Amino acid sequence: MSEKTWTEIPIGGAIEEAGNAETYETGSWRTYRPLWNEETCIHCLRCWVACPDSSILLSEGKMTGIDLEHCKGCGICAFECPVDPKAIEMKLETDVENG
Amino acid sequence: MPGLKQLAQRPELMAGGHRACAGCLPMTAMRQTLLTAGKDTVCGCATGCVEVVTTIYPYTAWRTPFIHSAFENSAATISGAEAAYRSLRKQGRVDKEINFIAFGGDGGTYDIGLQALSGAMERGHNMLYICYDNQAYMNTGIQRSGGTPKGTATSTTPAGKVVPGKKQFPKPLTEIMIAHNIPYVAQCTPGFPKDLSDKVEKALTIEGPAFINMLAPCTRGWRYPMEESMEVARLAVDTCLWPIFEVEHGKIRVTRKPKEKVPIAKWLENQGRFRHLFKEENRHIIDEIQEEIDRYWELLLKREELSQT
Amino acid sequence: MSRRLILTGNDAAAEAMRQIDPDVVAAFPITPQTELMHKFAEHVADGEVKAELVLVESEHSAMSATVGAAAAGARSMTATSANGLALMWEIVYIAASYRLPIVMPVVNRALSGPINIHCDHSDTMGCRDTGWIQLYSENAQEVYDNVIQAIRIAESPEVLLPVMVTFDGFIISHTAEVLEALEDDPVRNWIGEYKPKYTLLDTDNPMTFGPLDLQDYYFEHKRQQMEAMRAAPATVKKIGKLYGEMSGRPYDLIEGYQLEDAELAVVALGSTCGTAKVVIDELRAKGTKAGLLKIRCFRPFPEAEIAAALKGAKAIAVLDRSVSFGAPGGPVHKEIKAALFGSGSSAGLVNYIYGLGGRDISMEHIHEAFADLETVAGEGTPADAIRFLGLRE
Repeated sequence: MSEKTWTEIPIGGAIEEAGNAETYETGSWRTYRPLWNEETCIHCLRCWVACPDSSILLSEGKMTGIDLEHCKGCGICAFECPVDPKAIEMKLETDVENG
Repeated sequence: MPGLKQLAQRPELMAGGHRACAGCLPMTAMRQTLLTAGKDTVCGCATGCVEVVTTIYPYTAWRTPFIHSAFENSAATISGAEAAYRSLRKQGRVDKEINFIAFGGDGGTYDIGLQALSGAMERGHNMLYICYDNQAYMNTGIQRSGGTPKGTATSTTPAGKVVPGKKQFPKPLTEIMIAHNIPYVAQCTPGFPKDLSDKVEKALTIEGPAFINMLAPCTRGWRYPMEESMEVARLAVDTCLWPIFEVEHGKIRVTRKPKEKVPIAKWLENQGRFRHLFKEENRHIIDEIQEEIDRYWELLLKREELSQT
Repeated sequence: MSRRLILTGNDAAAEAMRQIDPDVVAAFPITPQTELMHKFAEHVADGEVKAELVLVESEHSAMSATVGAAAAGARSMTATSANGLALMWEIVYIAASYRLPIVMPVVNRALSGPINIHCDHSDTMGCRDTGWIQLYSENAQEVYDNVIQAIRIAESPEVLLPVMVTFDGFIISHTAEVLEALEDDPVRNWIGEYKPKYTLLDTDNPMTFGPLDLQDYYFEHKRQQMEAMRAAPATVKKIGKLYGEMSGRPYDLIEGYQLEDAELAVVALGSTCGTAKVVIDELRAKGTKAGLLKIRCFRPFPEAEIAAALKGAKAIAVLDRSVSFGAPGGPVHKEIKAALFGSGSSAGLVNYIYGLGGRDISMEHIHEAFADLETVAGEGTPADAIRFLGLRE
């Protein structure tokens, strides 16, 4: 977001665009990346309800993926995943990037 | 009361892109609360982690109306907004049902904001106050609060050569709120999402003031592996350190009774802030904590029984 | 149409508040503000107003609840004095920063310690830099008129700042005077309905108020506040004129009394102005060219108007009912000195600290000041320019 002058912003520090934090990327904070296995996922939503970063994506109540723009890689989702083997596993970002 | 499947159909009211630490369970508590409360909810928050990480100008993670004013006045600020709502509604200038929730951390609630909270509850505003209790002033760098457990090493109660962490037991805040004789008081934790959601929904449905104390583990301040946040929260309940219960018009209901009470040492040993307690000379502190847990848990069960009559 | 009433300053403020009928009033008792709220509470108890009266557990919560109510789009008021204002201090700044048009009568009282319940201006002078507009009142009539005007000033879109209407504890707050009050309907029509720019209650357009504002934007928000203060004098003047058209009592930023050709001028705020006017009448009768500059609007400080009004004076005495410890003179004195700097004035300037903790100021004291000014007019600003009236020395 480009920085604006005092005449270009609402007065009083008010923020008019609700939820505009979603335009701020926090995905680069990650050390580990959650990798989701759609095949083994049972859509129990335990990862979704535990995620501090609203980063488990759903559609009609079913998991569709992970929002890597905002996921900080805490690994709560993988820890909470009840299936064996887990439908989410954490991999080092550098390993993912290097294939 | 909504289950996970129902909650999952509702709009996500906390945007990603906030600046909380990875693994922050207070943010999970916020999400679960907002999913339950819905979009017609005016939220306020005391100065603290949640307020800071969610509203770094020009960004906000809130998709509900939100106000922060200061550290000690979350309850007073929201009580004013609720009074405005009542006034404008009476005049026909607002027509929808709106929930009012004031949030505060343990510092903003047990300590500096206790007076404003007490006042707002006593005045009977139709509002819910939620303390997200992460057991220290985390935002300013992990200083002890009135809610910090006995024996905890914090920045202001370090585990020193002579003084082994915080000396006092935490202030019984939930009991203080029960003593206000308000219609609804509860303890819960995002570690048990359905329980949390049920309690938030009940608190918002019941007319009059309500208070919920939510234990919300802090990976940085408690020093446990961040992926274990939910497990740490659950274990606090199953050790009975953090009983989850509700008091509805004086009637107590303990909403989870662990089949087997897990010894508190099991919860303490996983957290860096308690490591010093496992030295031989400090082990008596663990015993004291266990005794206090046992005392309160037994009393709570007896009170539950008594309150049914 | 007007009604002649006999009211104390507190009752005059409560009468104005009854007519304004704000949506929310939050209050906590403190002497000498108490009777203002007693009276307003009677109006609430008798169903004469629609206001939600929130009886909080401290002034800190009074201002906090008022901020919450104003952010929720309600016309919101509170009132306080001295230590109550000091306890609010943190939120007083926040109210102004959030641009909430709150109106707050402040019944001036000395700040502790030691504790004292009587009048001086240390409370409101202490928060002269909080970003609130400050209107000082000379008597109960002005209290009434200022409270009503304050609503429109605060809510003016180019201003959107909170306003304090101050009046002297006990001297005005507890003394009954005859005043002319307007009928209810003209007042209500004149102030109109409050239409907030933003409101917390608009859940379909959710807004965030009070974010964490860091190095990149805090400065810009302060600049906006400065701009609002820059715009405020014109608004205060315009609304004072419009109020005059309705009531027959126009108001300005400042008021000159026998000031046009005055060689010796006294500058004062509040009830002391009434005493000074009587002294000036006596002096004028004897041929002394004495005059008074009364400052009604202390924040924003009408620097140019004041410099122009004092242009002809050869000697000026500034009366300060508070101390600015360690500073070169009281707060009013410093501002006047700054206003005269560069204005071409060569007047001698003396500062009198007076009336602290409710110490009486008599006509003799003001005569004393004018007598000094005779010397100052000839010799210029003396070495001992900070003096006291009514202090045992």
